[in-house]
Amino acid sequence: MRIKLGKKVWCTVVSLLVLLAVWEAAVLVGSFPEVLFPSPISVWNAFWQLWTDGLSGSSSRVVLGVHILVSLKRFAAGYASSVVTAVAAGLLLGWFSRVFSYVNPIVQLIRPVAPVAWMPFIVLWFGIGDAPAVAIIFLAGFFPVLLSTVAAVEHMEPVYRKVARNFGLSQAQTLYKVVFPAAFPQIMNSLRLALGTAWIFLVSGEMVGAQSGLGFLIMDAKNCLRSDALLATMITIGVIGLLLDWGIRRLEKFVL
Amino acid sequence: MYICVEDVSVNYQQGGSTFEALKDVSLSIERGEFICLLGPSGCGKSTLLNLLAGFEKPARGRVFIGERQVTAPSPKYLTIFQNYGLFPWRSVLHNVELGLEAKKMNRKERRQRALKYLEMVGLVQAKDKKPCQLSGGMQQRVAIARALAAEPEILFMDEPFGALDAITRMKLQDDILRICKDEGKTIVFVTHDIEEAVFLADRIVVMEANPGSVQGIVKVEMPHERDRTSDDFIVIRDKVFAMMHLKKEKTVEYYI
Repeated sequence: MRIKLGKKVWCTVVSLLVLLAVWEAAVLVGSFPEVLFPSPISVWNAFWQLWTDGLSGSSSRVVLGVHILVSLKRFAAGYASSVVTAVAAGLLLGWFSRVFSYVNPIVQLIRPVAPVAWMPFIVLWFGIGDAPAVAIIFLAGFFPVLLSTVAAVEHMEPVYRKVARNFGLSQAQTLYKVVFPAAFPQIMNSLRLALGTAWIFLVSGEMVGAQSGLGFLIMDAKNCLRSDALLATMITIGVIGLLLDWGIRRLEKFVL
Repeated sequence: MYICVEDVSVNYQQGGSTFEALKDVSLSIERGEFICLLGPSGCGKSTLLNLLAGFEKPARGRVFIGERQVTAPSPKYLTIFQNYGLFPWRSVLHNVELGLEAKKMNRKERRQRALKYLEMVGLVQAKDKKPCQLSGGMQQRVAIARALAAEPEILFMDEPFGALDAITRMKLQDDILRICKDEGKTIVFVTHDIEEAVFLADRIVVMEANPGSVQGIVKVEMPHERDRTSDDFIVIRDKVFAMMHLKKEKTVEYYI
């Protein structure tokens, strides 16, 4: 186990070092204008500047840490509300499968529409600020979790249902004592996938109307023509996504 | 008469044609009897058990237990399944407590009752284990303890030892016989194993397929301490073999 972990760390370090080396070499050999293709060093400097002073030349001089916190708060609100409603609705719809056969066509109709397409309506209904980001994250997480919860309930071992009926468990008892725990491993899996998707959509959610957050910072860096700060923010988003995924994997291992 | 099956028929639709799983089956069972339903696959023995347990409804005919017609499963009549139907997310003890939770019994009483029946099946020391940590035979013992803890009047057993190896199976046969005579339960036991039926039953209901029906009933007049190698045992086994047309018709000639 320890050897395996050591090897994983080693692979990660090597792959990142090679990436940095190739990137630096490309900058040195190509001699592109700095604005089009910033070097690793200038991205690091931009990161440090964002972290300590905020983006120079921007209207709001908020440091990176605050942007991250604001984003994480919106993310937590959107993801938590999405997951709770999707799991609850999924359990009920999976259990009352006759109702689901009526609901399913509507879900299938809405699901392929990109969450961002809702943006004009979201802004009209909820205004700007935190709401659009939270709503987009909600939409991004909702359908995958809903559908896999329904599928998990429908594919539950038939004998569990028989046992619950035979022992005289009420509908409510059956749902929370049998159906939910039986479906839990698949639900947990869908929660992990939804976490990644929802984090991807955070940036789109914050690109409209928000005055803070990582998505806003992306737009802000673009407007200031600061490609180094842009890349620094992108990397930050990537790293946080990675950490979130690692965290939920640990949680998954812990609870299962 | 305690359990009464009156001219029951069950049909299944199979790709346009109708399959007669049971045709005009009648049967009566006394309180405290151990009945084995014996027959080849497709003879409707499991279907008959599901009818008695209330999991299925007959196309024609009626099933009575006591004075009441059976229309749905009830905790008074519990079924033991071949694949145990234990909940893998619960410990052995919590599995046994399942039926008591439905009865709204308080925690302390529940625990006491569960431990009593775990003791009866010899698994108190495994109470904190998960079902997946136990062998098949032990898991079936847990399922038996879970059923007994709910104190049903009747146990329906659907090939409960079918997935176990021969030696474990014989041990469990001894146990179930002892426990059920001590507890005074009525048992209907589905099997396709002739020796098992002769060893356990007060009466063996021999069934045949196409259409599923009762071929005959063999009364097993032996004390409950049965010896699998005794002459009586072999005589009754022969009777069952003959009824199932499994005996070679021609006589064997011996040359000395």
